[in-house]
Amino acid sequence: MAITKVVMPKLSEAMETGRVIKWLKEEGDKVEGGEIIAEIETDKADIELESFGTGVLRKIMVPAGARAPVGGLIAVVAEPADDIAGVLAGAAAPSPAPAVSPSPTAAPPPPAPPKPAGTAPPPAPARAAAPVPTPVPAPRSLVRGPEPSAGEPAGVPGGRVKASPLAKKIAAQSGVDLRLVHGSGPSGRIVRRDVLGAMSGAPMPVVAPAKVPTVPGVEYQDVPLSSIRAVIAKRMPLAKSPVPHFYLTSEIAMDRAWELREELNALDGQPKISVTDMIVKACALALLQHPEVNASFQGDTIRVHYRVHIGLAVALDDGLITPVLRNCEARSLAEIAVEGRDLVERARNRRLRAPELSGATFSISNLGMFDVDLFSAIINPPEGAILAVGAVKVVPVVEDGRIGMGRRMQITLSCDHRAMDGAMGARFLQDLRRLLEEPLRLLV
Amino acid sequence: MSVMTYREALNLALREEMRRDPRVFLLGEEIGVYDGAYKVTQGLLKEFGERRVMDTPICESGFTGVAIGAAMLGLRPVVEMMTFNFAILALDQIVNSAAKMSYMSGGQFNVPIVVRGPGGPAHQLAAQHSQSMESYFYHVPGLKVVRPSTPEDAKGLLKSAIRDENPVIFIESETLYGIKGEVPDDADFTIPLGRAKIRREGTDVTVIAYMGMMYRALETAEALAQEGISCEIVDPRTLRPMDIETLIGSVRKTHRAVVVEAGAGFAGMGSEIVAFITENAFDDLDAPVERVTGANAPMPYAKNLEQAKTPSKEKIIAAIRRVCYA
Amino acid sequence: MAQAKAITVAPKVDAELARRLLSQMVLIRRFEEKAAEMYALGKIGGFLHLYIGEEAVAVGATAALRPDDYAISSYREHGHCLAKGSDPRRIMAELFGRRDGLSKGRGGSMHLFDKSKNFLGGHAIVGAHLPLAAGAAFAVKYQGGDQVVVCYFGDGAVPQGEFHESLNLAALWKLPVIYLCENNRYAMGTAIHRALAQTEIWRYAETYGIAGEAVDGMDVLAVREVVGRAVERGRRGQGPSLIEARTYRFRGHSMRDPSAAIYRTKEEVEREKQRDPIALFRGRCLKDGVLTEGEVKTIEKDINDLVDEAVAFADASPEPPLEWLTTDIFKE
Repeated sequence: MAITKVVMPKLSEAMETGRVIKWLKEEGDKVEGGEIIAEIETDKADIELESFGTGVLRKIMVPAGARAPVGGLIAVVAEPADDIAGVLAGAAAPSPAPAVSPSPTAAPPPPAPPKPAGTAPPPAPARAAAPVPTPVPAPRSLVRGPEPSAGEPAGVPGGRVKASPLAKKIAAQSGVDLRLVHGSGPSGRIVRRDVLGAMSGAPMPVVAPAKVPTVPGVEYQDVPLSSIRAVIAKRMPLAKSPVPHFYLTSEIAMDRAWELREELNALDGQPKISVTDMIVKACALALLQHPEVNASFQGDTIRVHYRVHIGLAVALDDGLITPVLRNCEARSLAEIAVEGRDLVERARNRRLRAPELSGATFSISNLGMFDVDLFSAIINPPEGAILAVGAVKVVPVVEDGRIGMGRRMQITLSCDHRAMDGAMGARFLQDLRRLLEEPLRLLV
Repeated sequence: MSVMTYREALNLALREEMRRDPRVFLLGEEIGVYDGAYKVTQGLLKEFGERRVMDTPICESGFTGVAIGAAMLGLRPVVEMMTFNFAILALDQIVNSAAKMSYMSGGQFNVPIVVRGPGGPAHQLAAQHSQSMESYFYHVPGLKVVRPSTPEDAKGLLKSAIRDENPVIFIESETLYGIKGEVPDDADFTIPLGRAKIRREGTDVTVIAYMGMMYRALETAEALAQEGISCEIVDPRTLRPMDIETLIGSVRKTHRAVVVEAGAGFAGMGSEIVAFITENAFDDLDAPVERVTGANAPMPYAKNLEQAKTPSKEKIIAAIRRVCYA
Repeated sequence: MAQAKAITVAPKVDAELARRLLSQMVLIRRFEEKAAEMYALGKIGGFLHLYIGEEAVAVGATAALRPDDYAISSYREHGHCLAKGSDPRRIMAELFGRRDGLSKGRGGSMHLFDKSKNFLGGHAIVGAHLPLAAGAAFAVKYQGGDQVVVCYFGDGAVPQGEFHESLNLAALWKLPVIYLCENNRYAMGTAIHRALAQTEIWRYAETYGIAGEAVDGMDVLAVREVVGRAVERGRRGQGPSLIEARTYRFRGHSMRDPSAAIYRTKEEVEREKQRDPIALFRGRCLKDGVLTEGEVKTIEKDINDLVDEAVAFADASPEPPLEWLTTDIFKE
């Protein structure tokens, strides 16, 4: 039977190392393909690591709490009879075996040099430069990387939704799914006002609307970067500067989409559809028609994608992450609603799996819920475009020479000029607009 | 209604009960000829004579035991502790004799005594004369513990305590003796033990406090009202039996609670109140219950340290803001 | 005021009194022996402090009281309670922890109370009931009664502050209380000379300016006589008395001290047993012809039956219902 090398997965372009939070299996346990065997902490999120092979977890190379470089061997899954000595030896090969001389200087892997955006994916894991830690006692001293900063958010490793008892009670009575509610209390605790806000669709004011902010006794404070913020800070210049952006803005009449959504949401037994879900579906259909916008600049070539994997920007307290909803072209609006919601919830709870954080071909960022009318987003390389969505507003509109009221939404497409031109983006937008203004098309 | 001081209200309660019931008599240090170290018993020797106003030598355990023995035979002694700090000397009598007599005699002998006197933080009296004493007593099954915050309560609750068939620990406050308030004139006016009082109605947070801390909580509520935070101040008045119903009712309304106590927090009144709020109103809570307590230190003499020892208005405000997420 | 001489005169005893005193002493003796047996059988738990050897004190003192006088005691109080007239069946049931016990099974051996007999209880914190006795006497005086209160305590209570506080208050307020110290020479395992700077306990009376007497606690008639004088003083408003009854416990401090041999010698115990108060009184009654052998045998048999009946009663009494866990904590 095959021997499966379990390696530290690469979960983002910027990820260089990952930390094993805990192993869910012990050496000797049986493992099915696809079974979750460990929890990994990356600079973006905590994710569940699944085994790609079936067999027995023969060897854990990186104990819980220790870090390993991306691509580094962290465990071996094989049949009991398989000889894994070669795999283990091979893993240690690239550098002097740290297990023999556990020196603290073997510690942090050198940071990778900044890569120009849009280059090819990184080389195979086997070429990882850093030594692979082996399970020796006190692994922390051996593999201690740059410590997560003190400003790291209070994670929710168990995936438990932190909510006040009252918030839970109200949510249960009113059918609000707490996993969808943003917690405004300490450490993200969901409190009553958050649930009430979620029910009414608008954030509730805090108890004291006339709250007088307490002024600290100091002039300023240097807040350490959270790990997500540090990654964003590192990556954004690499996304913005080398990628020549251009922007196309369009206004879309959302009246019919709004009505359709209300009709759909009035149906029993149907998942609730959000404006974002409709935009995702519309983008998927439009990108199928305009694959040149669903494209990545690769230096010598442009990769045109025929599947639509859409990255959905999700705001966390301490930064932004973009889980990927795959194969949107093949999903119904209802499926997009259900699966999109699940993905967003798990992103908020930091329970994403590795594949869900990478591989987008296009992204959508919606700041409508914050009442933003119009903004432009930064492309997330190697994707070629990103759609920035503003709020749906009731505004005066002129129709047939008469002033009336209408729901309008402004969207801005940011495009990588190396991969496409203005007209390509404009045609995509035209179709996108038609899909949303004649929303029954989203259902066929 | 008459306006009188807390001290006068206590004096009136004693006077009325002694007139009403010949079994009621007083004993304690300096309560007669000296007219009371804090003048609570002023004039009573003159009215009732030495038979019913007994000056005792300094022997808290001895005279408390005498009161208990007399109560076993049906008298209704009111023992004054010159300050409640001295009650520790009588703790065995209060805990092992008074509190348990009814139970261990199978209900044959009850002990209708009141042990009263000032307790809690006082002004620069230092470690041995300035401390919250209630926690020594309310832990004990068989004792009732009263902490009256206003002149009206002082009168109404003391009269109930004297009429009660059981030992009642009645802890007043040196710092409140001089405060004035309206007190019903009716000689039959009493306030039942075990009933809390809502001192101020509010909607956002329940603040539970008694004695000096209750007044501080009221000031705090005033300040926070200007920020839009509406505090409900609940004064338990009787710590045991505790009026859980009123407290829980308030917490169910406001969904938040802060307990303020002058004593040194650990295993204090706040701990108990937090526990029963959790037990009875967990699903109504929108925030953890906060305690604001005295520092975990004996009472210092120096004025600034003394102030730092007891919960400040600022600390109460901060706790209320935390539970209100404001 | 205080007198040192031990009473040795032999007052006249009629057959009725002799029968009563002997019966009560035998009852206490037999009851305690039975209690020890029941303890060994596991029917009685906790602490069990036996009064064997000291019977003449309780019986002699009670013989000087009226039924409406009060008595209060420490934790070695079975004898006092029996002497005061409580039902042995209900005392045994209390020791068994049963619902028909005097204190509903909630007090146990150390906390016998009987309001119907004016027995104010067994109190188990050494010295703590001395102020209560003063308080009871205070109440009698306050209400204008002429009863007295007898307070039994051991030599172990004498060093306690409450002994001195109580004597002072009782003397100060001229309370009708008789402090009757059962000096059995050991406070648990501490011999009196290791605990008291003044081992003549009756002399503390001088300090407080009250009447004090020592008496042979093995002589029931002597105790009755000395206590009788104290009772008269109390009734006449002459204040309290301190009586030191010199006695000896033949058993250990409690059932957990069965041999009692660490802190005293076997020889000493055997020597003291020669002065067994029951044997002394029985012998005297026989010698003086006040009682016959046959009468004594009848008394002993009747008492045996009474104690057997007490055990049967206690055994048959049900355990207290669980609701009683939380009743009587407060009186409504």
